[in-house]
Amino acid sequence: MTRLAVTKTYKLYIGGKFPRSESGHVYEILDSNGAFLANAAKASRKDARDAVVAARAAVSGWSAASGYNRGQVLYRIAELLEGRRAQFISEIQHSEGVSEAAASGQVDAAIDVWVWYAGWADKYVQVAGNGNPVTGPYFNISTPEATGVVAILAPQGSSLLGLVSVIAPALVSGNTVVVVASALAPLSAISLGEVLATSDVPGGVVNVLTGLAAEIAPWLASHGDVNALDLAGGEELDWIELQQLAAETLKRVRPPEPGIAAPTIERITFFTETKTVWHPKAMI
Amino acid sequence: MTFLDYAPAPESTAILTLKPSYGLFIGGEFVAGRGSPFQTISPATEVPIAEIASANAEDVDDAVKAARLAYETTWSRLSGADRGKYLFRIARLVQERARELAVAESLDNGKPIKESRDVDIPLVAAWFFYYAGWADKIDHAGLGANPRALGVAAQVIPWNFPLLMLAWKIAPALAAGNTVVLKPAETTPLTALLFAEILQQADLPAGVVNIVTGAGSTGELLVNHPDVNKVAFTGSTAVGRAIARSTAGTGKKLTLELGGKAANIVFDDAPMEQAIEGIVNGIFFNQGHVCCAGSRLLVQENVHDEVVERLKLRLSTLRVGDPLDKNTDVGAINSRAQLNRIRELSTVGEDEGATRWSPECVLPEKGFWFAPTIFTSVSTSHRIAREEVFGPVLSILTFRTPAEAVAKANNTPYGLSAGIWSDKGSKVLGVADQLRAGVVWINCFNQFDPASPFGGYKESGYGREGGRHGLAAYLQAADTNSVATITQIKKAQSK
Repeated sequence: MTRLAVTKTYKLYIGGKFPRSESGHVYEILDSNGAFLANAAKASRKDARDAVVAARAAVSGWSAASGYNRGQVLYRIAELLEGRRAQFISEIQHSEGVSEAAASGQVDAAIDVWVWYAGWADKYVQVAGNGNPVTGPYFNISTPEATGVVAILAPQGSSLLGLVSVIAPALVSGNTVVVVASALAPLSAISLGEVLATSDVPGGVVNVLTGLAAEIAPWLASHGDVNALDLAGGEELDWIELQQLAAETLKRVRPPEPGIAAPTIERITFFTETKTVWHPKAMI
Repeated sequence: MTFLDYAPAPESTAILTLKPSYGLFIGGEFVAGRGSPFQTISPATEVPIAEIASANAEDVDDAVKAARLAYETTWSRLSGADRGKYLFRIARLVQERARELAVAESLDNGKPIKESRDVDIPLVAAWFFYYAGWADKIDHAGLGANPRALGVAAQVIPWNFPLLMLAWKIAPALAAGNTVVLKPAETTPLTALLFAEILQQADLPAGVVNIVTGAGSTGELLVNHPDVNKVAFTGSTAVGRAIARSTAGTGKKLTLELGGKAANIVFDDAPMEQAIEGIVNGIFFNQGHVCCAGSRLLVQENVHDEVVERLKLRLSTLRVGDPLDKNTDVGAINSRAQLNRIRELSTVGEDEGATRWSPECVLPEKGFWFAPTIFTSVSTSHRIAREEVFGPVLSILTFRTPAEAVAKANNTPYGLSAGIWSDKGSKVLGVADQLRAGVVWINCFNQFDPASPFGGYKESGYGREGGRHGLAAYLQAADTNSVATITQIKKAQSK
């Protein structure tokens, strides 16, 4: 007798909680052979707006944490991911139809990317900021800081590594994130939400929506409380229109990046604002 | 009973499981030393804690060989990400065993438990965590793409912050891809040996870190070993000078973090409550065993009397005594030799005409103790204004104008740190510009962070530890041969 498995309900991850979609809609997630895997929540405009509210509320706490603290919190995610390897490998195998070795390689890479970005939290300011040699008796220093709420369209193809490669860099400087997971392979994104929920990341710092990016993205692109838009996985969408919507509130927009975003410090600094402070020095 | 009388609140030593004797840590294992072993004692009670091995020339050679082998066969072949993972593990293990390390540090060094528990050990963990993240980012160290590690680093550290100085040395060295032979101070080897156990728990490849205990002669053997590529030393200016001499022409890259005689400048518009606390913290933190201690207080003349009076009031509330008591503010002097040095210089201070004052305080009979002491009517020519006392002794001088404060502050061969107290921004930044010191604290003192470069001007040494600068100190640019030896130069000349 084989044991009958208990299947998992996949929901959204908003403000540290796991609500169903307000719309009541779900859509079928199929494995690579076309067999039914699960129903994923189909996030609506209202869900997107709830996620932005949660993300906005989390900005002050997360961005005020020291770089050292954020670094440790991000590193702890990598520690937890390591303990959940089996689950992620299985999900990736099923939804992407890849071999166990390939799935395992993707999980390894995703964990290593977390660790790489975690290390930047207390360093990127020193690399990206600087004292400015102005003419005149002034102390003058420029430092980057988080821009605020970043809305991200995750890559469609790579369910965990692609997702991590766009979320982690935005978090480093203290931004909070609303991410729209891959429509075809969103299960890892929700499982990642479960990891985040049991880590030290405050609720609302990362919010995960599943559903169709084409439906959700316009609401995020035009939302007045979103500061930046990463169109990473949006190459199949009408992303120019999204960019135009974002122009209304002068969001910082990053164009689509097919494939998996490479880890770079530029992905961190893109979602920051540079503040320059002047102060006179007395002539002694 | 007044509000100043506290019931004893000793931290238990039950958390510590010490061995009766410790060997040298070479090639990932504890091995017997071939020199004469010595006792490490608690300076608060003079009771022996454990027997410590002493490394002779052959032991030092073994340690350098182990480091070289590990460099060539393991560490230089690992990816930066993997080096980082080991350092993250070490950081986590230090966090997990933080209380144990704090108790050991206070026992062996004599510093108050509240400092070892709240300052030293948390910073140790932070240092490893910070440099762990650098290991796979060395292209951003400021030396251009693909910088190279130097090889084997010989590191000699002092007794004032035993484990913290170890962290300052080992974390950036390993992140940059070097292997290490470290010699802890003779009077405070204990936490370095507990750290060696942590390295075993972290499964760090054998030989990447080697720890050789012993006296100054062991350190001398280490820094002069022909097969080390980098020497990093924290300690006295006299020894630093000797190392600079002996490494000349050897191609060894050198970082020296030496003595100081920091000016702590208090203007009449200073936030006074804050300044008094800062002055006390500046000189009495860690019994004044701090190279960057604010040992020369420069007070604007019109507030001199007020500052002295308030200082005396504040010093009367400091609790001197058992380092393991959670209420203790000032612990034991680290060694009899250091106590004698502090006593001698203080006597000279009186003989030269300065006025000595200490609060009334009962010092324990056993152990090495020195009451917090301030000297007023000090002039710039007095030895207590020129020489590093390295103890809880503050010399107070006066000035009238910012320019005079700057002139007096810079009137020293040292240049490690300085403090400025004033609520007027343009003034403090103007003065900071003029000071010849590597770290300037404005309206604060003795602030440390792994992200912040630390190190001195002039005879306080060279090179920086901490931050990106501290990483670069263990790297060389890919396209230059910055480590030129006499042999290399002669070869080039003969061509």
